[in-house]
Amino acid sequence: MSKDFSVHVEHVTRVEGHGNIILDVKNGKIEKLEWRVVEAPRFFEAMLRGQQYNELRSITSRICGICSIGHSLASLKATEDALEVKISEQTAMLRRLAIHAENMQSHILHIGYLVAPDLFGVGSVFPLIGTHTDTVLKIVKLHRLANEMSDLICGRTIHPIRLVIGGFSLVPTEKQLVKLKSQLEEARTLTTDIATIIHSVADSLPDFTRETEYIALSSDDEYALYDGVINSTDTGKHPAYRNYQAVMKEFLVPQSSTAKYAKHARESYMVGALARFNLNSDHLHPAAKEVANMFGLKPINYNPFMNTIAQLVEFSHSIEDSLYWIDLLLERGVREEKPVKVKVKAGRGVGIAEVPRGILVHDYTLNSKGYCTKANCIIPTNQNHANIQLDMEKLVPEILERPEKEIELTLEMLVRAYDPCISCSTHYLDVTFV
Amino acid sequence: MKQKPRVAVFDFADCEGCELEIADLEDEILDLIDIVDIVSFREVMKEHSDSYDIAIVEGSIMRPMDERRLRSIRSKAKILVALGACATMGGINKIRNQWMPEEVIKTVYEDANLKGNDLFDVFKTKAINEVVPVDYYIYGCPIDRDEFKSVITAIALGKKPEIPRYPVCVECKKNENICQFELGKFCLGPITRAGCKAICPTHNSPCEGCRGLIKKAETDCVKEVLERYKLSYEDIRRRCTMYNYGREECSVDE
Repeated sequence: MSKDFSVHVEHVTRVEGHGNIILDVKNGKIEKLEWRVVEAPRFFEAMLRGQQYNELRSITSRICGICSIGHSLASLKATEDALEVKISEQTAMLRRLAIHAENMQSHILHIGYLVAPDLFGVGSVFPLIGTHTDTVLKIVKLHRLANEMSDLICGRTIHPIRLVIGGFSLVPTEKQLVKLKSQLEEARTLTTDIATIIHSVADSLPDFTRETEYIALSSDDEYALYDGVINSTDTGKHPAYRNYQAVMKEFLVPQSSTAKYAKHARESYMVGALARFNLNSDHLHPAAKEVANMFGLKPINYNPFMNTIAQLVEFSHSIEDSLYWIDLLLERGVREEKPVKVKVKAGRGVGIAEVPRGILVHDYTLNSKGYCTKANCIIPTNQNHANIQLDMEKLVPEILERPEKEIELTLEMLVRAYDPCISCSTHYLDVTFV
Repeated sequence: MKQKPRVAVFDFADCEGCELEIADLEDEILDLIDIVDIVSFREVMKEHSDSYDIAIVEGSIMRPMDERRLRSIRSKAKILVALGACATMGGINKIRNQWMPEEVIKTVYEDANLKGNDLFDVFKTKAINEVVPVDYYIYGCPIDRDEFKSVITAIALGKKPEIPRYPVCVECKKNENICQFELGKFCLGPITRAGCKAICPTHNSPCEGCRGLIKKAETDCVKEVLERYKLSYEDIRRRCTMYNYGREECSVDE
């Protein structure tokens, strides 16, 4: 069958930021198929020039509302690397709790509010309040818990306050941690319930695979989030972290996008929960492995739609690993530590962390007075744009005979599966042309 | 029963954190749905309608294409609410206004030829009220959820929302915090608009001025603080470079 049709989705909904999908088909042949990022550029790289070292975190937190804790931590790690600040053991533990809180908050938001409506065949979470009240209330409860945990550790979920150079401006009390512990323990059952519900509608996730490269941090000791070494399913470990640009090669596609794209060993690669799962699943907590088993998720899984399921697996892991760190903190006793004193000096620092959407790099150069002279960030969503485009190019021919509405929905679901954070991705556009 | 006002949420250049604060209301959003109909909110819903009474607009304006979209939103809305620092005052997006757009573009894009490309046609950052008239302002980076609820409720009921004109110090004292100046830090609290419950100093971090500057006359109530630390409105004003670039005292007269 040959047909003529177009799918033009302006501003894909239920994603962070502005992206369009363009598909033109003539005589059954694809004439044009593009993933476009049309978000206004915000020029953070230029804005950071001339800012003092102790203001960089506050400013870069504002790159993204959803992953502001992740940006804050990568920013602090970069500044501390430049100024040779060594953080305490307690700070490293509390920062792990911060990153878990954000991962949980962001993942459950994506699974419950952004993806679930597709699986239930509705346009948003609002109609589900009436039809699937119990499920929505459980999602709300988990989301609220993750937010409360962020509030407790960071002072605020969106644009954290307590995360400062060399430590925390204020630390939680032991009493507060004990309460958090019992809340997390309660959340175990809720998480299993949500996994069971998502499993019952998981047939709606398209069965699609495309072999690609996955990149994430890896560690010998843990499922890497706060710290680790750059790792690739194609080329293995790259320990020289300051030379991250050898792995994350960015390029611009200015005719269609205000965001940079990235590639490494192939034409594209993927970062995020599925990449982390594919590289590090051995280090998952048994409870999280059980969730993966429920969905038959095994490394290496090449179906991008399974990213949402990998997030569910990580949600469970974050609960269990948080409990581990809380126990350890309570055992040692929480100290009211002051942040490590900073001695200003010239230098370059690189901070890398795994945030909900994937591996994130902040790279600052400071002058002898502590002012930033050069900044670079590699944003997770940027690294996924090229992979989204190539997925679309393989996916559309496979589903071309289906009704237009279904093609449109499947393409939107593909974009959504990546959980893109488009306003994040339009910040660092310095440039190599393809 | 009178029809509920129809509300649409839109975003421009920003981090979408303020919209996320709305989503983070969780089940409290149900109280809002009792008094308004949400007809468009791209970040969380697929449904969209061009028929609305109240437009809530987040983000700064960077390009002619954004200006056109904002004007079209304004023409459809009876009431327009600017949401968050980027929309109400430009926020951190205005840091780049100390340079000409061409310079900023060159720094970031080097010698790339972007002439005639609408996506990259950028002017100096503008707040929403530099393009279209704004009826109400919800300040903060991010906004405070309780203040959002009370402002939207007031508007939906046809009342004037209450926005503080006094400084953050008032709320900070109420929380019985130790003054950040006493701890040797520099805080913008004495000249920054309250309404955030002094959240930053309460977590032992100085105020960064995200809710904008109050008028000089309104600092009378913190005279004592300013005197003790030998500061003036102008001294603090000079340090307000993160959120209040290029602004004198508050530019909107609520």
